[in-house]
Amino acid sequence: MFPYCTDPSTLEGLSWLSCYLTTSKHMMLFYSLGTVLLLLAITAPTALAFGFLGATSAKSHFAPLRWIGKTYIAIVRGVPDIAFFLFFVIALDQLFEWVRHEIKCPDWDQPIRQGNDFVVCAAAKLPLGDAPQWVHEVYGFSLAVLTFAIVFGAFAANVLFGAMRAVPHAQMETAYAYGMSKRQAFWRVLVPQMWVYALPGLSNLWMVLIKATPLLFLLGVEDIVYWARELGASKTPRFTDYPHPDWRMWYFLGLLVFYLLFTRLSEIVLEKIMRRLSHGQATAAGEAMRRADA
Amino acid sequence: MKKLILTTTALALTAGMALADTVRLGTEGAYPPYNFINDAGQVDGFERELGDELCKRASLTCEWVTNEWDSIIPNLVSGNYDAIIAGMSITDERKEKIDFTQPYTLPDPSAYVALSADVDLTNAVIAAQANTIQASFVAAAGAQLVEFATADEALAAVVNGEADAVLADKASLVDQVTSNDQLVFLEKEELIGGGIGMGLRKSDAELRGQFDAAIQSMKDDGTLNALITKWEIGATF
Amino acid sequence: MSCWQTIQDYGLRSIGIGERLLPKTDFTLCHQVTLIGSGMLWNIYFGIVALLAGFFLANALAVAKNSGSAWFRKPAEWFIFVFRGSPLFIQFFFGYFLFLSLKKLVPAAAPFTDAWLGALVVLFFNTAAYSAEIFYGALRTVPKGESEAADAYGFSGWKKFRRIIWPTSMRLAWPAYTNEAIFLFHATTLVFFSGFPAWRQEGDALYYASYFAEKTFNPFIPYPILAGYFILLTLIVVGVFGLINKRLNRHLPQEHRRKIRLRLRLIR
Repeated sequence: MFPYCTDPSTLEGLSWLSCYLTTSKHMMLFYSLGTVLLLLAITAPTALAFGFLGATSAKSHFAPLRWIGKTYIAIVRGVPDIAFFLFFVIALDQLFEWVRHEIKCPDWDQPIRQGNDFVVCAAAKLPLGDAPQWVHEVYGFSLAVLTFAIVFGAFAANVLFGAMRAVPHAQMETAYAYGMSKRQAFWRVLVPQMWVYALPGLSNLWMVLIKATPLLFLLGVEDIVYWARELGASKTPRFTDYPHPDWRMWYFLGLLVFYLLFTRLSEIVLEKIMRRLSHGQATAAGEAMRRADA
Repeated sequence: MKKLILTTTALALTAGMALADTVRLGTEGAYPPYNFINDAGQVDGFERELGDELCKRASLTCEWVTNEWDSIIPNLVSGNYDAIIAGMSITDERKEKIDFTQPYTLPDPSAYVALSADVDLTNAVIAAQANTIQASFVAAAGAQLVEFATADEALAAVVNGEADAVLADKASLVDQVTSNDQLVFLEKEELIGGGIGMGLRKSDAELRGQFDAAIQSMKDDGTLNALITKWEIGATF
Repeated sequence: MSCWQTIQDYGLRSIGIGERLLPKTDFTLCHQVTLIGSGMLWNIYFGIVALLAGFFLANALAVAKNSGSAWFRKPAEWFIFVFRGSPLFIQFFFGYFLFLSLKKLVPAAAPFTDAWLGALVVLFFNTAAYSAEIFYGALRTVPKGESEAADAYGFSGWKKFRRIIWPTSMRLAWPAYTNEAIFLFHATTLVFFSGFPAWRQEGDALYYASYFAEKTFNPFIPYPILAGYFILLTLIVVGVFGLINKRLNRHLPQEHRRKIRLRLRLIR
């Protein structure tokens, strides 16, 4: 990275460290921090969308839809979430391949499960066996995102469902009194009003989502935990220019600090948003602000 | 307009054909000197050089993929890569799931490494990498086995006093033992496994033939022996 | 081989009693139910011990955080911030490697690198921090009237806290604390995926569930079994905590009793 890094064996102290921390291998650790941010940026809106669908269907007047919505919310409750992560990532992959298999290879006569193997025809493979490496990586990452979105969607659905019920009934009745239809009242009154009730739950969820990102490691993505373990393990001079003893403790301390900073920053930002949203609302916080202004 | 779309499809198709020749080699990247990730973040080691040479001889375009050891066979079977080249010993149990090429190393004895030479192996705690021939050997021999996900961690367990000894391929231990004077080899060695080969899906007989021929040609002209000597993998053919 | 035989062989496999080798081929439903159930012993052990020990530390932390003196307040605040602000998964990893280096300095620290103690300590600190935040919130919301009434009766200092403030705060905190307990049990499944080695393949329920999923390439059997066990465990926790809640509220008129409403707190 730096010009003086050409012969690491002559370096000492800080200059050694600066070279060590900027090897291409370390860059992969830093990229994976970016992966975490990318995962959050994609998962949060997706999970919110899933959650909105779940909450809306749980409120639906059409019974089967309501049951689906309620089951979706309830099922994640009693079971450890990481079991869901481990489950979905295999199950989704097999589901997609099975669906493609049914469509693309209708005249396949062998069973899909042969002993301990899961066999689909070559055309149904996801990604296709001859696809380039980046497709495989993108596919793996998308599976992870989808898994996160499903699990966190259920949590978000729970929060939004509660928030929809917390919107004062009088507001809805007023809407009807003005002649709005159910649909209009839903979109124009309930949805805009529910956010302030949902925000404490959603910000809690955001913090939980941040803290769930290291679980990417369990989904087979080469993430920060993978690189921290790989880089921290003791290295001998034969295979690297930067030999060192077992430093895994320090790498994980680094990750710990990274997450502490990240959650603290989020807390501050979310507090700001909450203040803004509470303004003029018929809630305790809104009332307090009104009094403070008056 | 329609014509334009047709040409792009044709292009995409030919591109697809070209890509079909790309063979993806799956390795662990954590088992020096066989395979490891170097400072530049690239796969490196004995198997990197070997694999590149084999692909050249079989005129294949190869791409390297890393995958953790634990799931390296399932992910080959499910098509995430086309061949395993990761210091994998040929065993009957693995042969039930995948096919192997001919071995490209001679059977390397597995060695024990401990903090002191007088460890009593009969009731010691022995570390090994999970899903390796060494792990099944220790488990079957009835010793106290503790498994780790990577070879690094298994050895670190001995350094940290978690386990009394580690059992692994000798070549993978030599370097760590010479650079750490706390560690010693035990005299006892175990002859397990039948050499290391490339693992392929059972349905890929053609690819297996290509690699087999390439390995044979490297054996014949001595380049394989040169590589083995260069990376200190053990005995030469 | 009969299922009864399997239960005898593997029922206590997770704590090292019974058959040494895990089944390698011909996995039956009975194998999976037995081994995953056997692994639950670890989850229950971690959950119960961490909860019991964590309860006391949490109370101490909550009081310290509520204290006027910065000497008590600051350390408690930092402790709670560190354990609530970072992922438990990373805490496990860091804890394990920290104990490893401690062991080199102090030989007496050796047992901490085993899951039964090391992971327990991390879980203990973690649940203490989360519960402390709950208890702290409850301490802040104890009705002013109760405190004033205590003053009027001549209670002060320790006696006032012990007889009035603390019982009321427990009553207020209990519903949230029930959720914490449930999710602590769920969090115990992370232990063997986070650095702590599983000795002789003695792991928890999720360890065995993923073992089967990997070997059979079929997640649709082991994970639902695991889910079933955990739903059962959750129901038991809810039942026990409900009984305690009843006892805490026994003096209140019926309509004032606080019901436990389950809310999500999820992974930490």
